[in-house]
Amino acid sequence: MSTIVFIDTRGDKLPKAALEAVTFASQLAGGPVTAVTFGPAQGLEALGAQGAGKVVVARGVNALDGQQLTKLVTSVAEAEGAKTIVCVHDGTGKAVAPRVAARLKAAHVPGAIAAPEDGKVKRNVFSGKAQAWVELRSDRRVLSLMPNSIAPANGEGTATVEEFSGDLGAARVTVKEVRKAGAGIPLPEAEIVVSGGRGMKGPEHWGPIEELAQVLGAATACSRPVADMDWRPHHEHVGQTGVAIRPNCYIAIGISGAIQHLAGVNQSKVIAVINKDPEAPFFKAADYGIVGDAFEVLPKLIEAAKKLRSEA
Amino acid sequence: MKILVLISQVPDTTARIAFTDGDTRFDTNGVQFIVNPYDEWYALVRGLELKEAAGGTVTTVTVGPASHDPTIRKALAIGADEAVRIDAEPVEGLQVAELIAAYAKDKGFDLVLAGKETIDHNGSQVGGMVAELLDMPYVPLASKLDVNGDTATVERDVPGGVEVLEVKLPLALSAAKGMAEQRIPNMRGIMAARTKPLNVEAPAGTDDVGGTVKFQLPPAKGAVKLIPAEEAEKLIELLHTEAKVI
Ligand SMILES: Cc1cc2nc3c(=O)[nH]c(=O)nc-3n(C[C@H](O)[C@H](O)[C@H](O)COP(=O)(O)OP(=O)(O)OC[C@H]3O[C@@H](n4cnc5c(N)ncnc54)[C@H](O)[C@@H]3O)c2cc1C
Ligand SMILES: Nc1ncnc2c1ncn2[C@@H]1O[C@H](COP(=O)(O)O)[C@@H](O)[C@H]1O
Repeated sequence: MSTIVFIDTRGDKLPKAALEAVTFASQLAGGPVTAVTFGPAQGLEALGAQGAGKVVVARGVNALDGQQLTKLVTSVAEAEGAKTIVCVHDGTGKAVAPRVAARLKAAHVPGAIAAPEDGKVKRNVFSGKAQAWVELRSDRRVLSLMPNSIAPANGEGTATVEEFSGDLGAARVTVKEVRKAGAGIPLPEAEIVVSGGRGMKGPEHWGPIEELAQVLGAATACSRPVADMDWRPHHEHVGQTGVAIRPNCYIAIGISGAIQHLAGVNQSKVIAVINKDPEAPFFKAADYGIVGDAFEVLPKLIEAAKKLRSEA
Repeated sequence: MKILVLISQVPDTTARIAFTDGDTRFDTNGVQFIVNPYDEWYALVRGLELKEAAGGTVTTVTVGPASHDPTIRKALAIGADEAVRIDAEPVEGLQVAELIAAYAKDKGFDLVLAGKETIDHNGSQVGGMVAELLDMPYVPLASKLDVNGDTATVERDVPGGVEVLEVKLPLALSAAKGMAEQRIPNMRGIMAARTKPLNVEAPAGTDDVGGTVKFQLPPAKGAVKLIPAEEAEKLIELLHTEAKVI
């Protein structure tokens, strides 16, 4: 086997990004691949449905310790004679993929959005304002797949699960505490995002935004000034200096669409903009738009969304 | 505490994105350059705060040609003690990391602070590569950093919450929003920066593993479909039946 895939399987169910990465790896390999993971997850056999023939799991690793995990990935790569190592371009992959590449002197593509063509891989640069083709000239290569770039396969098959027994050295990173965020959908994973800007005039007006998000099953987000003024929590800030997201649907309300804001949301499949100023730059980046007052438009949207959900 | 901050130069956030030489190079014509915001606002400022609290030095390192000097002076004006420029055109992540690691090796840095990512290359990789080459633990996308003696406490946002980590120094990390507040350099800082050391180092050898060979602009967006405000409910219907995203 010449391709392995490193994934994070922590959480209540197998994360979507992991399913995408295994699918991507087995498409590249044209057959079953070996998945490498860590921690307590059960039910890893199910990764066979995305093309894993085998899953190697290091049960003893409890934290995202990049050094232990790099040892894990490189020793499995060596055992399998792997030339291609697939990771996910997310908070977990970023702790491991660059290290693996540096250790193996391998080319790394951070945030690949499609399979290689003629030895070149496409990725987004300039915060989504352009794309680049990366040429891989090294013998081995590390491809970190951008989440939400391909659909996970849903085939037949069950993977065999093997516990890793080699020595990974002592952990240098320990988890002291995990503080759970309030209920609601984590922003980077959300398929639908409802976002508010300074046009909402103050934190006391966020009720309708939260209600629309709740009815649609969406996460909430905001522009940077809104987070800076503490109208909303900092982790909701999207854009060039905040979180970059690529949901299926981004609904922006009272946001002007400054270039730094767009940089974090321009990968959304569909963008809908509500702004009272017809000249707002956001309309140029939008698929759908309403020129109108958020406080009059929002109740109509909430009512329509409720109706839609009750019919479904 | 000896702190190293990785400072990169990037086009201004509002720069027009265009390419030249058959779409193989970024068109710098009329483009202003700035310190990468994550490096400046978060990594550098937090490094300075830690130094101010516990003593020590803050050194910046940049891989770039002489044209990057004004950007490096900005980092000195904000408060870094000294700057190092490794005199090479940065072309690829591993190359940059190998150059920085070759410089930093054996210098005994307790903290190596990178930005979350460069806003032009968007690699999110150089910090982790440097950490591997220096055999240091590395926490990407850290939103908080405190140091107590030889132990660092680091927070990072993870899906559904915040993870609090403990790591013994030396430690490398990449800094994301939350770590510090932007500092505007004052006149005194700008004057002082003129005479602070900016040492130029010759590049060590690096591995050629590849790199960007071509750029393209994304396909243009079609015109926006406008819905009259009085019929706002139609938006929900269109998103459901036409765009099929809700
Ligand atoms: C280096 C740098 C990095 C940055 N990074 C980011 C980033 O990551 N994310 C980010 O968001 N910004 C970022 N910014 C800031 C960015 O330039 C803008 O200032 C910011 O996005 C504006 O936020 P806004 O659209 O909420 O506010 P405004 O620009 O004030 O826009 C408010 C909008 O609301 C509309 N409005 C007002 N009242 C109503 C109403 N009743 N109904 C409907 N619409 C209404 C107005 O017409 C206007 O378009 C950055 C800036 C810099 C310099
Ligand atoms: N040419 C460079 N010189 C110094 N530091 C750099 C350079 N390029 C990247 N870095 C650092 O590495 C971080 C991540 O960069 P990147 O992997 O390109 O997204 C940046 O935020 C900087 O802190």
